[in-house]
Amino acid sequence: MNIDTIVFFILAGAAVLSAILVVSRRSPIMSVVFLIANFVVLAIVYLTLYAQFIAVIQVIVYAGAIMVLFLFVIMLLNLAKEEQLKEELNYRKRVGIGLVIVLLVQLGIGLFMSVGELPNKLAPNAEKLGTVESIGKILFTQYLLPFEITSILLLVGLIGAIVLAKKRVE
Amino acid sequence: MVPLSYYLLLSAILFSIGVVGVLTRRNAIIIFMSIELMLNSVNLTLVAFSAYLGSATGQMFVFFVLTVAAAEAAVGLAIIIALYRNKMSINIDEINIMKW
Repeated sequence: MNIDTIVFFILAGAAVLSAILVVSRRSPIMSVVFLIANFVVLAIVYLTLYAQFIAVIQVIVYAGAIMVLFLFVIMLLNLAKEEQLKEELNYRKRVGIGLVIVLLVQLGIGLFMSVGELPNKLAPNAEKLGTVESIGKILFTQYLLPFEITSILLLVGLIGAIVLAKKRVE
Repeated sequence: MVPLSYYLLLSAILFSIGVVGVLTRRNAIIIFMSIELMLNSVNLTLVAFSAYLGSATGQMFVFFVLTVAAAEAAVGLAIIIALYRNKMSINIDEINIMKW
């Protein structure tokens, strides 16, 4: 077992553990903290795949901006009593976990059937793909129109958020 | 060198954990966080395929997924604030007016 595989298994274990903690903690604040940990671990996984730009964006946008927004809303709503939401292990929870096991088995079967056709090592040009230069070049030539459309999407999101969260003035 | 299938399996596990969160939790904010978890596991698949197949298109898609996730989080949290203002609760069992 070489160093790459060991690093991958450590990162995978940390990612899965933090993800489990996100969905199992009662307090939303703890969930946010473990979700940030999960995002940071995933950013390191991206680095092992030579996707530097995506790793940096992941930390800045996800762990920075989006999770701060989550924390801000949790504090704004002052959910002290909401932490005691009734979440006992009822039939719905068991059905949900059963469905997820079915889903995981399906994904596993699909992966197992195709595992022989999947490449076993990184592409020779993988190291040059994730740089800011390469991403910027392809973003502003081949994907220019989708890039411009995302700006409209963000504008719509911005206006929608303001309209929804604003207090109605009678 | 780690085979591509390891990354895909990790991504499948993370996605399933996100689905568990959406199906079993009753707190709307934690359901949103589980959705972010699922979006991230898909991003991992895209980045892994991009690196192993030698094309930057997968990383482009991650960029767009991130934009959509940012817009979705802003609008979703605004909906949660509006809900809390009207019902004083974010328990999705009490928000059942659209259920049949």
